[in-house]
Amino acid sequence: MKIQEADAKSLLLAQGLPVPPWKVARTPAEVEAAARTFLDAGAGRVVIKAQVLVGGRGKAGGVKLAGSAVEAAEVGAQILGMDIKGITVRKVLVGAAAEIVKEYYLGAIIDRGSRRITLMASAEGGVEIEEVARQDPAAIHRVSADPLLGLLGFQARTLGLAIGLRDPLLNPFVAIALALYATMKANDADLVEVNPLAIVAERALDGTATQSLVCLDAKITLDDSGLARHKGLEALRDLDEEDPTDAEARKLGINFIHLDGTIGCMVNGAGLAMTTMDLVKHYGGEPANFLDIGGGARHETVAGSMKLILEDPKVQAILVNIFGGITRGDEVAAGLIEARGQQTREVPMVVRIVGTNAAEAARLLAAAKFETATSLDEAAEKAVALSKGAAR
Amino acid sequence: MSILVGSDTRLVVQGITGREGEFHTRASIAYGTRVVAGTRPGKGGQTAIDGTVPIFDTVAEAAREAGANTSVIYIPASGAPDAILEAVDAGIKTIVCITEGIPALDMIPVVEAVRRAGARLIGPNCPGVTSPGRAKVGIIPASIHKPGRVGVVSRSGTLTYEAVQAMTDAGLGQSTCVGIGGDPIIGTTFLDVLKLFRDDPETDAIVMIGEIGGSAEEEAAAFAAEYLKGVPMAAFIAGRTAPPGRRMGHAGAIISGGSGTAAEKIAALEAAGVHVADSPTQLPRLLLEAGYRA
Repeated sequence: MKIQEADAKSLLLAQGLPVPPWKVARTPAEVEAAARTFLDAGAGRVVIKAQVLVGGRGKAGGVKLAGSAVEAAEVGAQILGMDIKGITVRKVLVGAAAEIVKEYYLGAIIDRGSRRITLMASAEGGVEIEEVARQDPAAIHRVSADPLLGLLGFQARTLGLAIGLRDPLLNPFVAIALALYATMKANDADLVEVNPLAIVAERALDGTATQSLVCLDAKITLDDSGLARHKGLEALRDLDEEDPTDAEARKLGINFIHLDGTIGCMVNGAGLAMTTMDLVKHYGGEPANFLDIGGGARHETVAGSMKLILEDPKVQAILVNIFGGITRGDEVAAGLIEARGQQTREVPMVVRIVGTNAAEAARLLAAAKFETATSLDEAAEKAVALSKGAAR
Repeated sequence: MSILVGSDTRLVVQGITGREGEFHTRASIAYGTRVVAGTRPGKGGQTAIDGTVPIFDTVAEAAREAGANTSVIYIPASGAPDAILEAVDAGIKTIVCITEGIPALDMIPVVEAVRRAGARLIGPNCPGVTSPGRAKVGIIPASIHKPGRVGVVSRSGTLTYEAVQAMTDAGLGQSTCVGIGGDPIIGTTFLDVLKLFRDDPETDAIVMIGEIGGSAEEEAAAFAAEYLKGVPMAAFIAGRTAPPGRRMGHAGAIISGGSGTAAEKIAALEAAGVHVADSPTQLPRLLLEAGYRA
């Protein structure tokens, strides 16, 4: 689960990371009030940042500076309601604009290869790390935390030295890296990224400047499997940015991803569900969704899944592909029959059920006059033909 | 001989009294697997599966008193990491964890402990391991198998069934079918299983079923190019049409930062001389094209 920058910053702050103060605003008036607070406290300018879960918001014009509260309200009015990669901006983060001396990248990921948490740092901060990885892989330095002892002080120090940090910023970096690791552990995160981690100058009234390392941006992805054991994290889910079907799918306990095609797919098992989509495409169709009903799905789950598929007006044909292991074919067939009794529009469907209780399923489907197929390829081909027939 | 499980497997089922545990234990026994014990803390001394399998409080007792050498885990995600560690501590060398939904960070110290103990963990979030005609550990349906000499390794569950069924229908039997699991942190990788197949005198050809996310398929391809030159090998990669940045059901099946795509994996496998199928049903034909004769 992805969370917004402001929420990610709260999680960082809770682990003691240096994050400059911010406010979240939902209207231009709120932006103006927030800006005034920072300007009155001595900020020269404020930064207004769109809160969206997609990357590239800076390039899209979702991050802007303002020199006065009135200007901040104008900028807020521009950004709020803006469309960034199909997402409508509903809130912005407002904070004092920092005087940036240098930008770094610091991130922690679950590294599948080493089966450890790996920290990555680069002196090339402020740009997309994937871009750095492509153009100059040597600029990214890595250390993997000990799987039993965690991230050790000397490892964090090595990383700081590698990106060129020295006294007096080296020890603050070590504290930041350790706290970043702690953030990952404390929240069951898959990814914690600070980009940029910046050296900023703070000027005292007499003009003397002091430098410090602060987290100017934050990105955290949470492990869905860990959500249940952390009170409060579920509340960080941004329902506004979800596809409306996502909440329904969670309630049904299925994996559903809405796509752009015309052939609705219902499958048991994630690998088989992807394969079914791939074969639809292979035979000239476009899948409307990824749907894994999971292992051992009951008829009500099947009926609910069918309803979800049919809610997409683009769906012209449906392909049901079940290889029963734990899942019983007759249970799925019963769910399909139940769904047909409730459905409000007619969409051609081809059903393939093999494996556990396939014979019972076949009897039920034949009695209810469902179109069936025996092989996976045949089912995909038929569904594609049905979708094209329906489109004409 | 087969790999991982076989005629010498003496299985302890951790969580034998649960719904899943009991159901799949019955299927394993029906297949001929030697299930010597079950565990259910607090119910030691009782029996399960109609009085045929003794229940112990701990895995250590199951190992000591019933001679268990392999464990399968049907315990919910909150208790599964502990169950794996208990099996390791009891000296069990082959541990199969079926459990789905274990937080990835829980698995990091667990796989390390398994490694240090010289044990082997299959999974988590996997369908298990079957050596057709010998032993079935996990939830792979018995009916799809036929004994033979093709090794099958897969990250998926039902997709594996699809591929194995296609092979059985084509008359190509299997030496061992291994589901390694769809999570980001797993105990045994494609590479580990390929090494075992290479060293198994009863495996003559290999089918590998991968999916988007991570780079385990690429590592397997590099190994195949170097060490499996004479071995007929066919593969299928799921997720050609998967959109980037979305988790496709399995926690590990995600294209992130432009890497982990099906196209990259297919290219790596083809460069290594592996025949890659457009559909799992093509796998038997591709194995024959690769020179395999059953």
